[in-house]
Amino acid sequence: MRKFLLAACAAVSILLPPAAQAAIRAVACEPEWGALLAELGGDKVSTYVATNALQDPHQIQARPSLLAAVRRADLLVCSGSELEIGWLPILLRQSGNPAIQPGQPGYFEATAFVRKLEVPSRVDRAEGDVHPGGNPHIQTDPRNIARVAEALAARLAEVDPADAATFQARGKDFGARWRAAMQRWAAAAAPLKGVAVVVHHKAFPYLEDWLGLKEVAQLEPKPGVEPSSAHLAEVLAELKRQPARMILRAAYNDQRASEWLSERAGIPAVMLPSTVGGSDRAKDLFSLFDDTVDRLLGGLK
Amino acid sequence: MKTNAISATAALAVATWAAHAHAAQPSELAQIQQEIAALRQSYDQRIAALEARLREAEAKATAAANAAVAPPPAAASPSAGANAFNPALSLILSGTYASLQRDPEDFRIAGFIPGGEELGPGPRGFSLGESELGVYANVDPWFWGGLNLALTPENEAEVEEAFLQTTALPYGLTVKFGRAFSGIGYLNSQHAHTWDFVDAPLAYQAFLGKQFGDDGVALRWLAPTDLFVELGAELGRGRNFPGSDRDRNGAGAQALFAHLGGDLGVSSNWRAGVSWLRTTPREREFDDQDLAGNEVLNSFSGTSRLWIVDGVWKWAPNGNATRTNFKLQGEWFWRREDGSLNYDVDGAASPGRYASRQSGGYLQAVYQFVPAWRVGLRYDRLHPGSADFGANAAVLATPDHKPSRGSLMFDWSPSEFSRWRLQLARDKSRADEADNELFLQYQMSLGAHGAHSY
Repeated sequence: MRKFLLAACAAVSILLPPAAQAAIRAVACEPEWGALLAELGGDKVSTYVATNALQDPHQIQARPSLLAAVRRADLLVCSGSELEIGWLPILLRQSGNPAIQPGQPGYFEATAFVRKLEVPSRVDRAEGDVHPGGNPHIQTDPRNIARVAEALAARLAEVDPADAATFQARGKDFGARWRAAMQRWAAAAAPLKGVAVVVHHKAFPYLEDWLGLKEVAQLEPKPGVEPSSAHLAEVLAELKRQPARMILRAAYNDQRASEWLSERAGIPAVMLPSTVGGSDRAKDLFSLFDDTVDRLLGGLK
Repeated sequence: MKTNAISATAALAVATWAAHAHAAQPSELAQIQQEIAALRQSYDQRIAALEARLREAEAKATAAANAAVAPPPAAASPSAGANAFNPALSLILSGTYASLQRDPEDFRIAGFIPGGEELGPGPRGFSLGESELGVYANVDPWFWGGLNLALTPENEAEVEEAFLQTTALPYGLTVKFGRAFSGIGYLNSQHAHTWDFVDAPLAYQAFLGKQFGDDGVALRWLAPTDLFVELGAELGRGRNFPGSDRDRNGAGAQALFAHLGGDLGVSSNWRAGVSWLRTTPREREFDDQDLAGNEVLNSFSGTSRLWIVDGVWKWAPNGNATRTNFKLQGEWFWRREDGSLNYDVDGAASPGRYASRQSGGYLQAVYQFVPAWRVGLRYDRLHPGSADFGANAAVLATPDHKPSRGSLMFDWSPSEFSRWRLQLARDKSRADEADNELFLQYQMSLGAHGAHSY
């Protein structure tokens, strides 16, 4: 027994990493918040991103590496609104880390800082995997990114007051660059106003709200339920009555349902990166929206 | 609108001037041309100014609309009233249809002292599976707790878990106390509805009486490392198999475990562990059959030590498990029991030495080949090893049989909250003939559904 403990202690001491350089150790639940932390924090924040753009953020497992990362985090930045309900509670509960528990400065929920769309009037699983707090996929509207950025810069300053000036300056700089970029995107995306689209999952209401896209159907019969051939046939019939210009899906959605419909309805299926890393071009928040707008415009041709 | 009106006026004025110009002298003509140019320039400037103002007004309107889109976050109104603080309720309903070739009443894992009350494949025909009712909530800023009731087909409610856990301890420490499943092994701490097969692995049935839960206190420490390193220690009453309820002040069960884990690239991750469980049962009674074929009640007192190694490896393309994923998991158990065995408690009551060295485990693989559909294969194997019955060697012996079982399962999950399962198994637990088994099972989750651990 004693040998076992000694061996365990020895193993742990070997595994302990050298002291971290950055002042804040952050864990971002989704890549967009990781990218935002990089913009706002610079070298003052080291970020572990829990998921990548090819993973459905609803369907992540509380795997050991995530627990290890959350254990040492000073700040946790997640979407919230129950997007991470299937895994985050485990990480919070088993991490033994009081700094990042809900209510603490180290717990940051991005959806708390924007107006949420699709807040269900009826919370019932018969409606599929609904989010009682509203749709959590807020990162597809750059106006939301701007709001979250403001709140996050303030939060970074709260978690690490010593570097508050840096975060404030970086936040200001990012805000200015972001506003300029938003004007550019809005101008470029003008032809998209009023365009009817079909979506795979209800992952784009904020994008639609921003650009004035009109969602006419979803490939999932109910949120979180895989598209069935019967439902796809219904959507196809619906499109005869109410035509759409393109089918949108996130990088992590299976492409087959949208390809199937694309072929039959004669409209393009457009994959949107939906977050940083979702396409080769979407390397940061700016290129994410450059790419998103270009892909949507490409769908119009 | 305004711009258009101005343009129209300008055009009209230019046209009138031009009409006059027809009859004019060359000098006048030059003057008129100059005036027209001046007028055009002036209008161009005014139009440009108006357009700029219009753009500004539009920008303001957009900004106002933006502001309207995002008023400072209207906090979702939490439900008020007496039930505002009600804990999260989670109900699991499950049911099974079993077609078993052999009578489940005579189920025995040959060579292993039976423990627990629910071993074997369960009853034939339709039966209500184990339904679970869970109630969980934060107590205050420092504790989180919950109750998990298992509602058995026999109309009994069993307290599976009733525990409290700290949420505010620093340094990766967590203390859990009350009644809870032990953290040993991989499957032990998971509720039955998260299992990939209808029934528990044979090794769990043989060594832990299906699942080991205890009343006591557990301490866990998560190391501050990139690699997942979790160490745990538990002290408990030891009231469940392989322990037994005792009339003592001290702890009847001690457990230690260590888990390591991490990612292997983006597509796969793993966890491996070693665990140790020591229990000191006193007069742990069990029904047995002696060499003459008589049904007898024996009891064991002594020390039972169990070692477990476990490992799980999960794979999904790019770590996105929605479409396809694969899980490989296995555990191996070694047990040493030393003490005394009282043969035929109600009759001969003959005490004798008992010492056994036994082992066993399982390996299983589950593959989701298309969304919602999975297929799984599990192989169980046990080694009765050696058992020394001392003075009772003439009436008791371990049969020369290595229990094994092969199971094949298909399941379909139309949503995250419902699952249908078909399982076929060939069970060679008994020393004589094998049992062919078929199960159909449903599992439904109602209400708040807690996150599943890895």
